[in-house]
Amino acid sequence: MSTILIKEKDIVTPGEVLAEGMDYLPGPNTYRAGEKIISKVLGVAFISGRAIKITPLAGPYIPKTRDKIIAQVIDIAMSGWRVDTNTAYSAMMNVKDATTRFIKRDEDLSKILAIGDYVVVSITKVTSQNLIDVSMKEPGLRKIEGGRIIKINPQKVPRIIGKEGSMITLIKNKTGCEITIGQNGLVWIKGTPENELKTQQVITFIENNSHTPGLTEQVEKLFK
Amino acid sequence: MTYTKRLDGRKADELRPMEAKAGVIPNADGSAYFRAGKTTAYVAVYGPRELFPRFKQDPKKGLLRCHYGMLPFSGCGDRIRPGNSRRGQEISMVMEKALAPVIDLSAFPNAVVDVFINLPQTDAGTRCAAISGAAIALADAGIPMKDMISSVSMGQVDGTILADLNYDEEAYDGVVSDIPVAMTHNTKEVTLLQMDGEISKDDLIKALELAKAATEKVYEVQIKALKDKFTKK
Repeated sequence: MSTILIKEKDIVTPGEVLAEGMDYLPGPNTYRAGEKIISKVLGVAFISGRAIKITPLAGPYIPKTRDKIIAQVIDIAMSGWRVDTNTAYSAMMNVKDATTRFIKRDEDLSKILAIGDYVVVSITKVTSQNLIDVSMKEPGLRKIEGGRIIKINPQKVPRIIGKEGSMITLIKNKTGCEITIGQNGLVWIKGTPENELKTQQVITFIENNSHTPGLTEQVEKLFK
Repeated sequence: MTYTKRLDGRKADELRPMEAKAGVIPNADGSAYFRAGKTTAYVAVYGPRELFPRFKQDPKKGLLRCHYGMLPFSGCGDRIRPGNSRRGQEISMVMEKALAPVIDLSAFPNAVVDVFINLPQTDAGTRCAAISGAAIALADAGIPMKDMISSVSMGQVDGTILADLNYDEEAYDGVVSDIPVAMTHNTKEVTLLQMDGEISKDDLIKALELAKAATEKVYEVQIKALKDKFTKK
């Protein structure tokens, strides 16, 4: 006989027993110890069929291929740039992944991207040792100019984007700001200073209240 | 003469009033405040982040690094020299060993998770408060943990086995033993066991049995702190 000890959307803590018995399956961020399924992180529990999974409420960004992130150039190498990804690991961007233009052998790379520049890039490869390769050769990926960059909890990025981008579209329409969200928790906002500030406040509000119900209504109220 | 009535009027297995809070330091990736009686600990967790010096990097898993310190004014008036001390180094080391069994850093090779603990006010049991607080802070930082670690000091004062000794009891004039214990919640495995003083083997086993119930009380406070962060308006 199997019993489930939690309810859907309950906040669970590490080491909390979620279910007993073999009828349930351990999903992401859980593990099985004997008959029990135990949580591995602080997060919100979801029950989908027989599997129990947990969406973490905090935690570091785990790099994945094809993720769009915002990174900062920290070093210039022989044929590329080293960028900081807001994780414990920096990434490499080769010259051929940065521009379509022909670069001469002795050209000064800092003329293209200098140290300190922010770029919107996409992750092309992650190894088991978390060595990361990034590329800027897709539509929408570019060097960032103007505006401001804020840091948010990377686990809250899906909440800020919303279902099929509903939340981010709402903020964009109300403030008229250009917003780019990196999966690694960096957000680029560009608009007039007042609107940038308003956008920043709204994003911080979503970040702090993302686990509460009726989030879209609460955000709409902020604009009234 | 036996020690039957505790100096602060607690029952033998009663812990000092505890209080805990998660997320008290906005800059940190995870943080906690933990108080047991007059011992208070603030814990901040940073990371996983790049580990320097490089020779300490482990390509197989991330490293957990603790930094324990008592603030200069935290004792009873004698200024405690801040910074690294022999005692602080030892406590940092035993804390790392007490927390390591439950923390899973296999997804973060070559990286480090730094845990900073400072105690603004101390009254014995600092390493226990530090470990209990660090477990809250690590969970708050979203570090994968197989289990929660709760810690409490057991002891024997003049033949009576007690839980959660305060400084007056540790300094009692008689045969005193002070045994800090840390345990996992589900399996009740001991991850920290140290001892100062004298105790017989049978009494030690009895004290460790009592520690199971005592750490469970600490666990409840820790869990409440983590859940409160998200339920309170």
